[in-house]
Amino acid sequence: MLKRHGLSVFAVTVAALLMLPVLVILSYLIKADGALWQHMFETVLNDYLVNSLLLLLGVGSGVLLLGVPTAWLTSMCDFPGRRWLSWALLLPLAVPAYIIAYTYTGLLDFAGPVQTWIRDITGLGYGDYWFFEIRSLGGAIVMMSLVLYPYVYLMARAAFLEQSVSSIEVGCSLGYSRWRALWSLALPMARPAIVAGLSLALMETLADYGTVQYFGVSTFTTGIFRTFYGYGDTAAAAQLAASLLAFVILLVMLERYSRRRARYHSAAESRARADLIPLTGSKAFLALMICLVPLGFGFVIPAGQLLWWAVFEAEPLGWEFVSLAWNSFSLAFLAALVAVTLAILLAYAQRARPIKPVRGVLAMSGFGYALPGTIIAIGVLIPLAWIDHRIIALFEGWGWDSPGLILSGSLIALLFAYTVRFLAVALGSVQAGLEKIKPSLDYAGRSMGHSPLAILRKIHVPLMRSSVLTAVLIVFVDVLKELPATLILRPFNFNTMAVRAYELASDERLVDAAPASIMIVLVGLIPVLLLHASIARRRPQ
Amino acid sequence: MNLITKAGHIAFAFGLLFITTAQAADVVNVYSARKEALIKPLLDEFSANTGIKVNLITGKADALLKRLQVEGSASPADVFITVDAGRLHRAKTAGVLKQMSLPALEQRIPASLRDADGYWYGLTLRARPIIYAKQRVDIKQLSSYEALADSVWDGRLCLRSSQSVYNQSLVAASIDAIGKEATQDWLDGMVENLAKPPAGGDTDQLKAVAAGVCDVTIANTYYLGRLIKSDKPADQKVASKLAVFWPNQSGTGNLGRGAHFNVSGAGLTKYGKHPQQAQQLLAYLASDAAQRWYADINNEYPVVPGVAISATLESFGAYTMDPIALQILGENNRQAVQLMDRAGWR
Repeated sequence: MLKRHGLSVFAVTVAALLMLPVLVILSYLIKADGALWQHMFETVLNDYLVNSLLLLLGVGSGVLLLGVPTAWLTSMCDFPGRRWLSWALLLPLAVPAYIIAYTYTGLLDFAGPVQTWIRDITGLGYGDYWFFEIRSLGGAIVMMSLVLYPYVYLMARAAFLEQSVSSIEVGCSLGYSRWRALWSLALPMARPAIVAGLSLALMETLADYGTVQYFGVSTFTTGIFRTFYGYGDTAAAAQLAASLLAFVILLVMLERYSRRRARYHSAAESRARADLIPLTGSKAFLALMICLVPLGFGFVIPAGQLLWWAVFEAEPLGWEFVSLAWNSFSLAFLAALVAVTLAILLAYAQRARPIKPVRGVLAMSGFGYALPGTIIAIGVLIPLAWIDHRIIALFEGWGWDSPGLILSGSLIALLFAYTVRFLAVALGSVQAGLEKIKPSLDYAGRSMGHSPLAILRKIHVPLMRSSVLTAVLIVFVDVLKELPATLILRPFNFNTMAVRAYELASDERLVDAAPASIMIVLVGLIPVLLLHASIARRRPQ
Repeated sequence: MNLITKAGHIAFAFGLLFITTAQAADVVNVYSARKEALIKPLLDEFSANTGIKVNLITGKADALLKRLQVEGSASPADVFITVDAGRLHRAKTAGVLKQMSLPALEQRIPASLRDADGYWYGLTLRARPIIYAKQRVDIKQLSSYEALADSVWDGRLCLRSSQSVYNQSLVAASIDAIGKEATQDWLDGMVENLAKPPAGGDTDQLKAVAAGVCDVTIANTYYLGRLIKSDKPADQKVASKLAVFWPNQSGTGNLGRGAHFNVSGAGLTKYGKHPQQAQQLLAYLASDAAQRWYADINNEYPVVPGVAISATLESFGAYTMDPIALQILGENNRQAVQLMDRAGWR
C-alpha cells in the first residue's frame, strides 16, 4: 500500500505543508469584525474591487498584446534582428515592477526632465497642456504589462517552438493560409501555455503592492495594507487577503473547466526545422517595431535611466555591494532549487497517479503566488514560531539552554515563504513540460517494471530539461526581485539588493536607490540569458 | 539523473550556514522601523564607544511589531525602534514592550514626548507644518490646518496619500483638538481642494508645489531640509521656491494649539535577553551627540531641550508645538483612518 502510494502520500504531505501559511490566513475568516467590514463596505471596498478588476483586465490585455505577437514573430517568422530579439525580449523580466514604476515616474512626472523640458521650450505652465499622468491606474497597467509580458512571451514561444511543424504544414496543405493556420491551429494549440503565462502575470498583478501604492491606486492589495498598517488589524487584513484568494480560486477553476478533457501533447515526433515565414520590406520593419516596443520601454529606457542615476548622481554603494549581491544570489539560487525540486515531485505524483486528493492539493498549493509577500510572511511566521516554541519547551524540559528561534528566526523561514509564494511558477513550467511527454512513454517504462521515481529520473527529467531549467531560472529571478517577505523574515544584519533599494526609495531617495536597483537587473540578467540559451537548444535554428 | 539528490545536499549545506542565532554575550538586538541609513551610523558609534555589538533588522513598523508578537517570549529582540507615536502606542498595547523607568532618559526627555507609564521614549521630533510656494501664496491667507479646507485653496492643495501614517497622526491629533465632526468637515473640504489625486511621498508633494501643480501642501520639515542641503541643482531649485508656515500658532481655543509634531522613539522589549545593554543603547540615543546627529544628518529636531540645531532647522523659524500627549495619536488612529476613508482621501 505505502509502496504503491508512497509518492502520492509524499505529495499530499508536502502540498499540505506548503498550504499551511495560506490556511493560517484563511483561518482569520472566522474572526470577522462586522463593524469594520460594514465601514469598508460603505466607503472603500467598491473602489478596491473596481480598481483591481480594471488592473487585471488592463494588465491581462497588455501582456497578451505584448507577449503573443512577439513570441509568434520570433519563433515563426524571419526578419532582420530576429535572433537577438528572441532573447532580448526576455530582459524586462529582470526589472522589478516597483523599480520600473520609480524610474518612469522620475522621467515622466511633472517635475521630471521630460515635462520640465516641455515647459521650458513652450513657456507653458502646469495644467496648460495635456500629458500622460504616470501615477494613475493607466500608468500602473502600462508599468506592469511592460515587465510581466515576458511570462506570456516565454511560455508562448516555447509552445510555438515545440509545436510540430507538421500540423501547421498539414493545415497549409489543406488550403489554410499562413495566418489562418496561426489563428486556427497554432494559437489554439499554444493556448495552455499562453494561459499559464497569463495567469502567472495576473497573479503577480494581484499580489503587487509596491507599484499601486506608489501610484496612489487603491486596489485590493493596498486595501489589505491600509487595514494592516492603518487599522493595525491583522485579522481584517487577512480577511481581505482571503477574499482575494477566493477570487483567484474562482479564476483557476474557470480556466480548468474551460479546458476540461482537452489533451495537448503533440502526436508527432518530428522536431524538424521549421520553414520560417520570410518577411521583407515594410512587413519586416513592422515586425521589428512590434518587438522593439516592449524591449525599449520595458528594458532599455528604465535600465538606461537607472544606469545614468547610478553612475552620475547617486551615492555609490561601496564594497557593501559584494555582500548584498552574494546574499541575493545565494538566497535566490537556493529557493529556486527547493521550489523546483518540490514542483517536479508534485507534478509527477499527479501524473503517476492522478487521484483526486493529489489533484486537489496540487491545484491549491500554488495559490500563494496571488497573495502579497507580507501576508505570506505572516502566514509563515505563525506556524513556524509555534513549532519553535514547542522545541524550546522541549529543550528547557530537558534542562538545556533554549536554542532560540531555529525556524522562524533563520533563513529557513525565508526559504519556506519563497517556496509558498513561487511554487506556482515552478509548477506551471514543470507541468507544461510534463504534459508534452506522451503517456505512452510512462506505460512503456512501467511495463518494463520501473518504479514511478525511476521513470521520472530516467525518462521525464531528461526529456523536459528545458522546462525544468525555465522553472529554476524564473523562480531565481522572482526571488531576486522579491521584497516584502524578505523584509519581514530576514535574520539580523542580513540585507539583499532589493531590501537596500527599497530602503532608499521609501526614504524618498529614488536616485540613491538606483545602484542597488541596477544590480538587481544585472544579476537577474544572468539567468535570463541562460534561459534563452536553453530554449535555443530546443530546436535547431 | 541525480539532480534532485544533489540539489538536496546543496540546500542542506547552505541551510546550515545560514542559521544565525544572535545570542553572544555583549550584544544588543534591535528591530528598527527607522531605515538603516538613518540609524546604523549611530549604532556603529555606540558599538565603538561601548564595545557592545549591535545586531539590526530593519523593516516596516507593523510587520516588525507582528514579528515581535508572534515570536513572543523567544524573541531575540531587545530594543524596538520605530517612527510615529501611534506605532509606539500600538506596540505598547500589543504587549511587546517592557515598562521601565529610566531616570537617565526621564531627566532629559520632556514628559509629553515619552509614554506616561515608561513603555517608550521619544528620541527625535518631526514637525509637519504647511509648506507653500513663496511666489504664489499670500502668507496672510495661511493660518491653520483647518483653513486649508477654505475655498481659497480650491485646486491649489497637494496632499500625500492617507496611507501615510504621518497624515493619519495629523488627523488623529485633530480629532482630539476639534472633535470628530469638525475633523470630518475639514477633511471633506481639503479633499475638495486637491489639485491632483494623492500619490507619492512628501518629497513628491514638495516638488509638485515647486513645479506649480499646486500652491500648498503639508509635509515633514526634514524632507525640505534634505532638498535644501542637497548638492543637486534640481533639488536646490525646488527648495528655493518653498517656505515653511507654522500653522495654528494663534487663535482662540484649540485653533491656537500649535503645529503638529510627532516623534520617532524606542522602547525595551518585554522579553529582551540583554536589558542592561538595551538601556545603555537608549541612553546613548538620547545623548547630546546622538541628538545633534539627528538634527545635522536628517534635519529632525532633538527631543532634548537645549541641544543645538543646524542652520537649516534654524532657518525654518520658531514655532509653538501642539502640546497633545502623543499616545493619543495612537488611540485615535483607527478613527482617523475611518474619517479619511469617508472623506475619500485616497
